[in-house]
Amino acid sequence: MTDSASEPYDLAVVGAGPAGLAGAVAAAELGLGVVLLDASAHTGGQFYRQPAPQARAARPEALHHDWSAYAGLRRRLAESSVRHLPGHHVWSITHEAPAWSVHCLTGDDGSDEQPVRVRARAVLLATGAYERHLPFPGWTLPGVVSAGGAQAMLKSGLVLPGRRIVVAGSGPLLLAVASSLAAAGARVPALVEASGYLAYARHPRALAANPQKAAEALVHGAALLRHGVRLRSRSAVTAVHGTDRVEAVTVTRLDRTWRPVQGSGRRIACDALAVGHGLVPQIELATALGCATRTSADGTSALVLGPLQETSVRGLWAAGETGGVGGVRLALAEGELAGIAVAARLGAGRARGSRIVQLRRRRDRMRAFADAMAAAHTPGPGWRCWLADDTDVCRCEEVTAGRIREAVDDLGARDARTVKLLTRAGMGWCQGRMCGPAVACLAARDGAPEPPPERRPFAVPVPMSVLAQCADQPNTAP
Amino acid sequence: MPTGKLSDVIVIGAGMVGAACAYYAAGAGLRVTVIDRGSVAGGTTGAGEGNLLVSDKEPGPELELARLSARLWTELSGALPARIEYEPKGGLIVAADEPGAAALRDFADRQRAAGVTAEEIPADRLHDLEPHLAPGLAGGVHYPQDAQVMPALATAHLLRAAGNRIRLRLGEEVTGLLTAPDGTLRGVRTTRGEVHAPYVVNAAGAWGGELARLAGVELPVRPRRGFVLVTEPLPRVVRHKVYAAGYMADVASGSATLQTSAVIEGTPAGPVLIGASREHAGFDRTLSPQALQRLAAGATALFPVLGTVRAMRTYTGFRPYLPDHLPAIGPDPRAPGLLHACGHEGAGIGLAPATGFVIARCLTGGEPPLDIGPFDPGRF
Amino acid sequence: MARTPAELVGAQPDPPFEITFDGRRITAVPGQSVAAALWAAGILSWRTTRTGGRPRGAFCGIGQCFDCLVTINGDPNRRACLVAARPGDAVTTQEGHGHDRLGV
Repeated sequence: MTDSASEPYDLAVVGAGPAGLAGAVAAAELGLGVVLLDASAHTGGQFYRQPAPQARAARPEALHHDWSAYAGLRRRLAESSVRHLPGHHVWSITHEAPAWSVHCLTGDDGSDEQPVRVRARAVLLATGAYERHLPFPGWTLPGVVSAGGAQAMLKSGLVLPGRRIVVAGSGPLLLAVASSLAAAGARVPALVEASGYLAYARHPRALAANPQKAAEALVHGAALLRHGVRLRSRSAVTAVHGTDRVEAVTVTRLDRTWRPVQGSGRRIACDALAVGHGLVPQIELATALGCATRTSADGTSALVLGPLQETSVRGLWAAGETGGVGGVRLALAEGELAGIAVAARLGAGRARGSRIVQLRRRRDRMRAFADAMAAAHTPGPGWRCWLADDTDVCRCEEVTAGRIREAVDDLGARDARTVKLLTRAGMGWCQGRMCGPAVACLAARDGAPEPPPERRPFAVPVPMSVLAQCADQPNTAP
Repeated sequence: MPTGKLSDVIVIGAGMVGAACAYYAAGAGLRVTVIDRGSVAGGTTGAGEGNLLVSDKEPGPELELARLSARLWTELSGALPARIEYEPKGGLIVAADEPGAAALRDFADRQRAAGVTAEEIPADRLHDLEPHLAPGLAGGVHYPQDAQVMPALATAHLLRAAGNRIRLRLGEEVTGLLTAPDGTLRGVRTTRGEVHAPYVVNAAGAWGGELARLAGVELPVRPRRGFVLVTEPLPRVVRHKVYAAGYMADVASGSATLQTSAVIEGTPAGPVLIGASREHAGFDRTLSPQALQRLAAGATALFPVLGTVRAMRTYTGFRPYLPDHLPAIGPDPRAPGLLHACGHEGAGIGLAPATGFVIARCLTGGEPPLDIGPFDPGRF
Repeated sequence: MARTPAELVGAQPDPPFEITFDGRRITAVPGQSVAAALWAAGILSWRTTRTGGRPRGAFCGIGQCFDCLVTINGDPNRRACLVAARPGDAVTTQEGHGHDRLGV
């Protein structure tokens, strides 16, 4: 076990995306000793994902909005005392008074021999989100990729999954994905959105208070028009065709509950499908420590946060998507607010009262917009009608919708946890990240209380050899 | 289907023990209502490994219960679908050094005298049974009667196997017991109304003490926390249930501090299970790095090959612990009409069929298949 | 209008190198993940599932779904979307759990 120097740090920030960067920089500029941990080799998180330096990209901003905000943070990070530890995969956080222990695996995918434990007086969780998926027949076929995944592979690897890519699902991410794919040379024959695009219009005040969001949508809309991308709202891909890879998809119109309209299916030829239904906050490090959660407007679990971004567990803070999916500008504001608040708690820096007021106001306004957006893209219950009995719901363990229905109807499962026990759905490598929302929906009973978020005590798989030494006695400075 | 009013007995708890009580009661001709505040197998059953062990039990009343259960499990495995993953794989207990091996042999001698099949395995034959075992172990004992089952599926299919004689009421919490003015039991009050029956079986596992209090009686069931580690999917790398000799001492210990000796076993689904630590920590699910470290260290010491694979997850459960390590099975002399079937600690899956069989006999006025005096709920 | 992702961002990568996929030579550029190198070669699947034997490749692209597990230089269950390709890497299709040789 390696313990880093300068321990314990004042603050360990988990995640070097927009929220984590903003928090780390703000705290360090107020005098805190900060360590910034991220699984990736680079800062930026998923939003500011970028090609490796060896790609020598002259225009990385071509695939991004708000690149200047990132460039500014990156510069401040370089000028700060923040210790950035890339390639650190946090698998657990534990509290051993008076400090937190952040347990990390190292290397590209956490396979390096040497685990690391970092100690800190406060922790800021900025672990972002991953994509929500709703299964449908054929979604496990090679060539079907998550919308965010297509975007991520494009931004960092400069590659596309095909030449003719249908983009489908629900949520604002799809606009960005379709316009990036098209700009990078893919033909995007259709953008298929399950909600009605007019859904935001029901929240005019939130939209008016967040003009940059409306502007972004316009920019994407114009780009799509320019690339000849056809928008189909209130529709979904309900089948994928092909034996070993994607050859075509069937796009079907949906009613208001997302139930397919019989006979409305149209086949669209393509060699890839990028699909996703919004984002799910990544909060398992926090829930393992007992942090309180709430159910967001879109049905996902998010952390309950205080006015200054502290979770219900004292000394543990969170910013960005962990508190509810809200996008990059919200993440930047929350990260900075958390960084300032941690500094104040630990007695560092001057009082930043006016900045706090400003950030809180900005955050509250953007949170309201995020809630409106989330509500507009909440999956309708009719999506379950997309599933055939033999459709895989759990990709890892290959558990079909029929098996899940049997567990619920005949075997006494009333929640996702028992469905998992009885079918293995969610027991595989991804620990239910891909199928969890769908399984929870299939298991839910009318009137049953909202189930607690799934517990994943290991945020990533941990080598047994690492576990066998993880509780070695307290740190000695190297 | 019988209505709530037409039940002969109410079983509280849809875990393995409750399911077995319901199954055998239904088999004896009774109409059973099973009530659980959660799902089938949602409590300790869902957090168990499915150990059906005789190997870890001292000669005495618990071993007698385990031997009866082993026979009943063999019967059940024929009656229930293969999906319950019943595997009569046998257990292998190993010792690291010669004193440990001697103690193991002595323990096995006494078990044999009580009717257990136990075969001594000298050090040079251990690898015939388990090729991946670490070198240098002093010897072991093979127990062919040890077996394994997938507890949640076994519970669900057992509840189903009795057909419409068992009525399930899930997501419904028992909030009180109903008694007539003369003190006889009439049923239970739940979050959704009243359910009537002349008998109530407390199969609430780790929460059995709380349930007993609703009836005004004391049953000192306490939760004893355990963690289980689950590896990535593997081919068969461990053939038996394998554990080191220290496990028996941990089971028998009443200590509040952490006891850990790993029991290692493969599963038909692929992952290897490594369980289980034992500690008194209330109903706290917080990850204990110390518990996991000891499980992982124990497992990799016995099977070095496991050091090269990853743990995908860990889960925790609460064993229903009674201070003398024996379950409470049978009528409660202090509360006529109330029967208990809880407090099996870590052996509930294994002991469930015999427990259910005994409870059914008690309900129908039959002769119990063994002396249930040691399990008397009134003994505390 | 740009016709490739590399043209879009004006990439002028360091010299490419070779890795193999099931013995077939493919080109990777420095800093690229194994999954990206495979996609660039038109390869979308590099694993078969444990139960159904179905082909799988990268899905989430960010290390969350574990669908892209692959055997690299004999090591099974590496996430292709996270692991950077290195010159000479031998990438092989992973069948099932990837641990057949451990079976007894």
